[in-house]
Amino acid sequence: MLSERDLQRRSVQYRQALLRLIRTAKAGHTGGDLSCLDILNVLYNRILRVGPETFKGPDHDHFIQSKGHCAEALFVVLADRGFFPEKDLETLNRYGSHYIGHPTREVYGVEQNTGALGHGLAVAVGLALAGKMDRKDYRVFCLLGDGELAEGSNWEAAMTAAHYRLDNLVAIVDRNGLQITGSTEDVCQLSPLDEKFAAFGFGVQRCNGNDIGELVRTFEAVPFRPGKPSVVLAKTRKGKGVSFMENVAKWHHGVPNEEEFNRAMSELEAAQAALA
Amino acid sequence: MEPAQANLEVFSATLLELARQNPDLLVVTSDSRGSAKLAPFAKAVPGQIVEVGIAEQNLVGVAAGLAAAGKTVFAVSPACFLTARALEQIKNDLCYSDRPVKVVGISAGVSYGALGTTHHSLHDYAVLRAIHNVTIVAPADGFESREAVRAAAQLPAPVYLRFGKKRMPHLPRVDAGFALGKASLIRQGRDLSFLACGETVAPAFEAAELLAKEGVECRVLSLHTLKPLDYEAVRRAATETGGVITAEEHSVSGGLGEACAALLLQEGIHTRFKIMGFPDDHTVTGSQDEIFRHYGLDGPGLAATARKLLAKR
Repeated sequence: MLSERDLQRRSVQYRQALLRLIRTAKAGHTGGDLSCLDILNVLYNRILRVGPETFKGPDHDHFIQSKGHCAEALFVVLADRGFFPEKDLETLNRYGSHYIGHPTREVYGVEQNTGALGHGLAVAVGLALAGKMDRKDYRVFCLLGDGELAEGSNWEAAMTAAHYRLDNLVAIVDRNGLQITGSTEDVCQLSPLDEKFAAFGFGVQRCNGNDIGELVRTFEAVPFRPGKPSVVLAKTRKGKGVSFMENVAKWHHGVPNEEEFNRAMSELEAAQAALA
Repeated sequence: MEPAQANLEVFSATLLELARQNPDLLVVTSDSRGSAKLAPFAKAVPGQIVEVGIAEQNLVGVAAGLAAAGKTVFAVSPACFLTARALEQIKNDLCYSDRPVKVVGISAGVSYGALGTTHHSLHDYAVLRAIHNVTIVAPADGFESREAVRAAAQLPAPVYLRFGKKRMPHLPRVDAGFALGKASLIRQGRDLSFLACGETVAPAFEAAELLAKEGVECRVLSLHTLKPLDYEAVRRAATETGGVITAEEHSVSGGLGEACAALLLQEGIHTRFKIMGFPDDHTVTGSQDEIFRHYGLDGPGLAATARKLLAKR
């Protein structure tokens, strides 16, 4: 099992791979990719009982990325976990490639096609419900963006999750506080999310979504309340890991130029050296 | 012809038969089990019905997840809500993601009559025809309804099944079999063809019987599968008979009629041709029968259109 220090190093490597990928493809949701990378790292390297060998079988843990626009982050982690060769990602967004700007099942390791917001949680509820019906012990994790929570379909799915007592379901909100127009609270107030999810029947835990140790401990504690679905409100920073991208809305889907790319990579090399 | 059962009743009875044979068959409803005649199903196999409340988007998303876990899933809700409010879920969660859910639109078309446009689905063929990876089926009578449900359950792909709630007669058939994508020949004739689907097949047959008394022999085809459409049957109707009238409980835009017209025009087949359906206008109020009569979709109305068409040179 990878230690927390190993996972921290892995996060920096993922950020480097992500920026190379976005630079090559000349497109990507850089800010959101960077905010959710630590969550994906911990899930795929510590929590999820799934890998390339077991993915085709019926009883592995499931992961649905409802915030599909951060496909690049998911692809980087899946490649590292051996679902497909990292070299395949050189075709991202190219003519005829199935590595596109949102997850599709054409990519080995992806469970559900996403991209339109507000879709993933209901599908995750269906998977979790089937698990309960068949007395399977798999769990279903679903990563949501915070801006995405304005879609009412999420709350329909949340009601169903609680109604069927799906304590095998874990929703994770990448709470970076920014969406394309600006702050989530200025666009259409989301807070208090903990009270909202609790009122909908969820067990709720907050954590620092860019802190490997906190993420590990939080995910290892699910379900937070027996008989209830869980939600992790993961406080993150959009653009995390690159100083000039952090908490800046323009990096929602900004692509670094050569100078910005070099500066970002230098910062990440320094971060890697500090973890040596 | 005496009406027998509503297609919807045949659907629910067939689904119960299938559910008893397959414990992995599930039906998902949005507070719609009563409207869908599924109360006996819920009583007989309570572990095989999932209720999500009045939430059509959630209905389809949850159905996708259940199908991803290997279940055979029928997602049932009034067609008007299912194919409008949940259209994005049908497009993305089912068709694009290749989840083989059977989407069942009940009380379709103007079945709800005087409840008004909110409860009518006159757009569903058009929107679903434009989405890849969904078979669209509108059975004409009890026989086709039963066969369509069985065939859909076997098909490892998304299907849209459309049912009305009016009691329909058992139609006579020239061909005994049923296959998705293959038109059913209801009546043979060479003077004119009626190409119909769903609850307009019975009035088309009635029109053909009226015209037969005048010495005009009409072919009647049930094009129960709108996608993939039986192009060969359409082509033959247009070339072997003196003209074509399409009849559908749907807008004239984007449905059966335009699908047939596009095929014939692109193949250079020119014939007398008329699309019967709902015009681009606010729908008149009334019962389903009254609305059909208003737009000439009842037997006498379709016969009158046939006479006019045949009078054209």
